[in-house]
Amino acid sequence: MALDHVDVQLGGVLALRDITLRVGRGEFLALIGDNGSGKTTLLRALHGLVGHTGSRTVASGSRRTQAMVFQRPFILRLSVWHNVVIALWLAGVDRRERPERGARALQRAGLDALRGRPAWTLSGGQQQRLALARAWAVGPELLLLDEPTANLDPAARQEIEELLASFNREGMTIVMSTHDLAQAGRLATRIVQIDRGQVRTDLPASRYFERRRDAGAFPSAQGNPI
Amino acid sequence: MLDLTESLGVAAGLILHADPVMLRTIWLSLVVSGSACAIASVVGLAAGGWLASKPFPGRRIVVAGLHTLLALPSVVVGLVVYLLLSRAGPLGAWGILFTPGAMVIAQTILVLPLLAALSRQLVADGLRQAGDPLRSMGATPMVAGILVLLHERWAVATIVLTAFGRALSEVGAVMIVGGNIEGVTRVMTTSIALETSKGDLPLALALGVVLLAIVATVNGMAILARRLQRGESSWGEP
Repeated sequence: MALDHVDVQLGGVLALRDITLRVGRGEFLALIGDNGSGKTTLLRALHGLVGHTGSRTVASGSRRTQAMVFQRPFILRLSVWHNVVIALWLAGVDRRERPERGARALQRAGLDALRGRPAWTLSGGQQQRLALARAWAVGPELLLLDEPTANLDPAARQEIEELLASFNREGMTIVMSTHDLAQAGRLATRIVQIDRGQVRTDLPASRYFERRRDAGAFPSAQGNPI
Repeated sequence: MLDLTESLGVAAGLILHADPVMLRTIWLSLVVSGSACAIASVVGLAAGGWLASKPFPGRRIVVAGLHTLLALPSVVVGLVVYLLLSRAGPLGAWGILFTPGAMVIAQTILVLPLLAALSRQLVADGLRQAGDPLRSMGATPMVAGILVLLHERWAVATIVLTAFGRALSEVGAVMIVGGNIEGVTRVMTTSIALETSKGDLPLALALGVVLLAIVATVNGMAILARRLQRGESSWGEP
């Protein structure tokens, strides 16, 4: 998918300015930037949730080939199972396919044993895994994530990262915003840095971290803390 | 005329012995207010959900008008429905003035703004957080509104119970369109008004106690619904 010279105005403020961005199939793109830099707005623009000027091209067509997981996972006050089934229903999946796809999604996310549980009783990490299961169940080609591990403890964060890495290995294109450079280093194939609504840097991950090492800003892309 | 203590004694006897006249009056109250609330809930929740989820030109004016109708005096509602249903009115051919049907219509109109306004607020608040995720999953605005109502079902229960309490407790509208006819359109509130004006306190007191008990029960159920709502974490908080 591609954004070409896209501006997004929110509440009279130009949140994104002249954004040109192409996302290739199979990429794992990390959006990094400070709070208020425009990462979330960019994700929403990619997903078609905000109005914009300029052009937005999606290779496969509608939002149904994409899925988005938000920082605070939206969980219906129903069972784990019903959360997945409703997502499949909203995505237009045939009702005969829903049980099998829902079951596979929960199994993939390690939530199969919890399918009957009220979803609001899950831990934060489990709820985020449910959100990912729901997204994966509809079979998106592009998965957008807005800081999916921001509120999670290290163990839960690792579970989510492993799940995302496995999705990407299977060919799913992923665009994820994150504050965590180490996480970006572990997962991403490409780093896009946003600052005040504009793309400042757009590099393959290895080159990005090389540059930062050369500039003395980040000792390692392997997860060492800053 | 009995003094207060004697009246209370007789009232207690009416309650304990399940006086048939009292029971018939209570039953009619519950049927009329329950029916009005059921009809108004279907229409009001749908209208509230639609108003919250579907932007259109002039929506703010409609919402402001809806909030104004919250303060609609029950006697004015009764008067309007009376004028509509009277023989000279546009719906006079229905022939339902001074029947429970007319009372149901009047109370439906009375509680409809309450249901619509509160459900609109509930859905609007819910969509502020859930709007994007639901749109992302493919929900149309109307489906998103319905899912929010489903998600907030205990809050919806509280709204419906509040509307029921309002309907059950009002006297002006049902007095005008029902006529307070014994055995036909006499409900708890109109009966209390009549018996008190006659100085005949026992039945009024008995019905008053029962009405208080029902209202307290309804309120208790609303409190329970709010507790159940709070017991379920909201919007994916870990």
